[in-house]
Amino acid sequence: MPEEQNSLAKRPSPEALLEAARREESRAGRLKIFVGAAPGVGKTYEMLQAANARKRDGYDVVVGVVETHGRKETAALVEGLELIPRRRSEYRGQSIEEMDLDAIVARRPQIVLVDELAHTNAPGSRHPKRYLDVQELLGQGIDVYTTVNVQHIESLNDVIAQITRVRVQETVPDAIFDKAHEVKLVDLTPNDLIQRLKDGKVYVPKQAERALENFFSPTKLTALRELALRRTADRVDEQLLSQMQAQAIEGPWAAGERILVCVSEDPRAVGLVRYAKRLTDRLHGQWTALYLETQRSQDLSEEQRDRIADTLRLAQSLEGDAVTIPGAGGHIADDILDYARTNNINQIIIGKSTRSRWFEILNGSVVQDLVRRSGNIGVHVIAGDELASDPIPKKTVSPATAQKPPSLAPYMVAAGSVVLALGVGKLTQPLVGLESVDLVFLTAIIATAVRFGLWPSIAASVLASLSYNFFFMPPLFTFSIADPRNVSAFVAFLVVAVVVSQLAARVRKLAVAAVGRARTTESLYVFSRKLAGAGALDDVLWAAAHQAALMLKVRVVLLLPEGDAFPVKAAYPPEDMMDSADHAAARWAWENDRPAGRGSDTLPGAKRLFLPMRTGRGTIGVVGIDSDRPGPLLTPDERRLLDALADQTALAIERVHLVDDMDRVQRTIETERLRSALLTSLSHDLKTPLAAVIGTASTLREFSGKLSDDQKAELLTQIIDESERLNRFIANLLDMTKLESGAVVPRLALHDLSEIAGGALRRSERILARHRIELDLEPNLPMLLLDPVLFEQVLFNLLDNAAKYAAEGTVIRVTGRRVAGAVLIQVIDEGEGVASSDLELIFDKFYRAQKGDHVRAGTGLGLAISRGFVEAMRGAITATNRSDRPGAVFTISLPIPPQGPGMDASQ
Amino acid sequence: MSAAPVKILIVDDEPPIRKLLHLGLDANGYSVLEASNGKTALMMLEQSPDLIILDLGLPDVRGLDLLQTIRSLRESVPIIVLSSRSDEAGKVEALDIGADDYVTKPFGLDELLARMRAALRHQLQVLGERPVFRLGDLSVDLVRRVVKRSDVDVKLSPKEYDLLRLLVQHAGKVLTHKFLLAQLWDEPPDAQYLRVYVRQLRQKIETDPERPNYLLTETGIGYRLRAPD
Repeated sequence: MPEEQNSLAKRPSPEALLEAARREESRAGRLKIFVGAAPGVGKTYEMLQAANARKRDGYDVVVGVVETHGRKETAALVEGLELIPRRRSEYRGQSIEEMDLDAIVARRPQIVLVDELAHTNAPGSRHPKRYLDVQELLGQGIDVYTTVNVQHIESLNDVIAQITRVRVQETVPDAIFDKAHEVKLVDLTPNDLIQRLKDGKVYVPKQAERALENFFSPTKLTALRELALRRTADRVDEQLLSQMQAQAIEGPWAAGERILVCVSEDPRAVGLVRYAKRLTDRLHGQWTALYLETQRSQDLSEEQRDRIADTLRLAQSLEGDAVTIPGAGGHIADDILDYARTNNINQIIIGKSTRSRWFEILNGSVVQDLVRRSGNIGVHVIAGDELASDPIPKKTVSPATAQKPPSLAPYMVAAGSVVLALGVGKLTQPLVGLESVDLVFLTAIIATAVRFGLWPSIAASVLASLSYNFFFMPPLFTFSIADPRNVSAFVAFLVVAVVVSQLAARVRKLAVAAVGRARTTESLYVFSRKLAGAGALDDVLWAAAHQAALMLKVRVVLLLPEGDAFPVKAAYPPEDMMDSADHAAARWAWENDRPAGRGSDTLPGAKRLFLPMRTGRGTIGVVGIDSDRPGPLLTPDERRLLDALADQTALAIERVHLVDDMDRVQRTIETERLRSALLTSLSHDLKTPLAAVIGTASTLREFSGKLSDDQKAELLTQIIDESERLNRFIANLLDMTKLESGAVVPRLALHDLSEIAGGALRRSERILARHRIELDLEPNLPMLLLDPVLFEQVLFNLLDNAAKYAAEGTVIRVTGRRVAGAVLIQVIDEGEGVASSDLELIFDKFYRAQKGDHVRAGTGLGLAISRGFVEAMRGAITATNRSDRPGAVFTISLPIPPQGPGMDASQ
Repeated sequence: MSAAPVKILIVDDEPPIRKLLHLGLDANGYSVLEASNGKTALMMLEQSPDLIILDLGLPDVRGLDLLQTIRSLRESVPIIVLSSRSDEAGKVEALDIGADDYVTKPFGLDELLARMRAALRHQLQVLGERPVFRLGDLSVDLVRRVVKRSDVDVKLSPKEYDLLRLLVQHAGKVLTHKFLLAQLWDEPPDAQYLRVYVRQLRQKIETDPERPNYLLTETGIGYRLRAPD
């Protein structure tokens, strides 16, 4: 037992194996990155040398794009390789050359060289970034060699900007770097590099000369070199770890640090996120970016909301989780710590506050609270870095801005309510005195705050205090105040008015936010219930398209792969016309598991925006949306809602697929059971009569002289009987095959039952020779809608069955009588009857009732065929037992069709 | 049988069937010609067979096509088709394009001989009609239009008599619904009218109309009046 546990513990972790499988996946191309600390270390040269070596080994190597910067050594290396011509495009009157992605894909080399991974493509290209091109090439199964400088790696962006004071805008996600199959560090000592620069061996764009002078100082280059070495070492470390896990080598890997980074609308949050990524990488842990929605969230500008969404998306692109939770309304620090404790977080990263001492004294400091209450959770307070307030990376899908034109109406109403309060105050002052008039004004202010929020109510406060002063405080009708006591009363009123405004407005905001969340939750709940209720795939898809269209006020199409095709499976409003650009975008979104189309990075020219629908098992389809509104389609909130809808839809689709799979498995089992039953039946039912025929015939041939005439006649009869039995069995098999392949198409016409019954009796004469047959048809039975051939076969099978199970000499009755709306045809025997548990089973294929020794084996097909035929003729067949004595009753019920005119021609 | 034996052409690609038929027919005094495919069958027509037994499943030609060709070359030679049980549509088609009768495989030799006799007798009858037809207790005088059962007159409506006359003239042979409808009505109505007349006729000529002994149903194909003796 302990041994077993041991082996269990040492078993490779599934994640590690998957990771290894992903790396070994032969279909996806392999990425080799040549990484350097700074321009000029010779990455491109290294890459070309490696490529030439591969080519000598017989690999098919082409150059997608390589910048030689006019250096001879480099150009010489390029010469030996096939070049894919670049694609030329016009942009704002300038001719721009970019790598021709389609040409490379069409050419299908084994290895393609793509220089400068961080390059930004010209507008109008399929992808805005070259690394996206590279991902597509890898997805096509083409190996890619590429180069990158360490300062382009996303998570190092801040650090390097700090070192060099130059921020590069072109970044490459860490995931690309980490998932590369091979990373080669091209290293050069700072002194060598500076020497090369002096020798003019490093290409420097003219406009950047001065910046680079600063850049190429020994201290900075040393720092960069260290970063490059360390980053590469980290990656090697990670690979080693992954390998160790895959091979279940016991090792000291960390128990899993879980890190939480708190983000806000503050631009410096981006820096925090990158810091969290670096920290997590070093600790080999997991990390989550958390945004806490508070009442303040409602006041954020769209720009700030975008920034939060982008920061969270950056976290996702850096392989962290992004989470948004609503605050409970108390201390922010408590909300954060609650989340941290429930999610086993052991380190929290938060930015240093930039607020004034006064603000902190008045409002409390989240950071202080957090540090004080965090208990055993470590808190990192990180200083914001001014540089990080640069624009954050471009979003994948640009969102719509909510169009809310500022309205004057709330202010008008606020003024109106103050005027109303003024009137009421003037009327009631003689009764209640000056001191109570301010309460009338406060009522108006609260009403305004509750209805319209903060700013109208502040306006109302100011207006009310001025009116109070002007109309009520002596001296009247001036803004001056005579009595110093009244001055303090006025100030107190103003303060109370503003505070009350704020409180009331805050309550209102919370209520609005709660209603909004409740509405979204309710919609999602309704949606999930609808999906849960939909059984068929079409229903699920339709419900999804309908609901998404309704909630987001857009047009929706859903596409699912079907073999090689990728058709529209549902649309709301129902319209499935897609032009080729849309099809291309949809397919791309599906194949690459990323958004494509309108407003996204890829094929932005398409009419619709396509988002992949994912489940744990992968991408299972694509949802496409569009609307007539110009500009971006969705606000960040809507985008998040669509993501939620897409997730639920994907799950529902997967559920349907799983049910289908289960059905298929069930059917397979059923088929297997039938197949084995068929084999048993074939070997028995075919071989038994054959054995009899062969045996009897050979006896006749060998011993003819020794047999009497009677014996010979008996043997010959046996040959004929057995052959006919074989013939019936084969006929049954043929009928069954026809039924199952759907080849039984009844040719229904009005027929006289007695005619067909007569035919069946005539055909079964030989089988029934030893039984007494009674045919008892009610006179003047109506004509029935029948296929005569099928129905005769049904009766024949029932008679055959009766002859087998009822003893010789007993009576087999065939009756026909009319009941309400139908004619019942019964075959009644005097056998032992059918066990009640078998009454339904006997209609199953290859089912044979238990029988005594005296009964000959049936084929197990006759009744199944009978049921199939009767049902094909819109009738029903059941088995029961006789009530008066032992015996089986088979009842066929056929509906009486409307009788045509002239049919009653009995005169 | 007369001095010149009746010549039968067997067209079947299965050697065991040809052998069985050859032996059986030979033993019954027929002279036998054999063909294993359509081409040979057409050549054999030169020898003027008196009756052809044709298997519909041949290797080189569609059975129904061969049937049509033979019929176009020899207008009056009786043709009996061999077919499988489940192929009702094929049987009807064969009958409609000129086969005289069919036998379903597997079959007994007695059944085939009865069909052959009926077909050959019909051919003779066309040449010289027998005045009075007798079958069990039933007698039909086609000249005087008198039908009797056990010497008692049976009253038939004109349509019923026409139906019976057709059956008597082709006694022992299957007659398709289509043929009967076309013969009895100028504008053939639905097949169920025919069934109504058959039922009425049975009630007048059969002892037990539910289990007819003379006027037999060929399910899915048509009707056959039993041949005498």
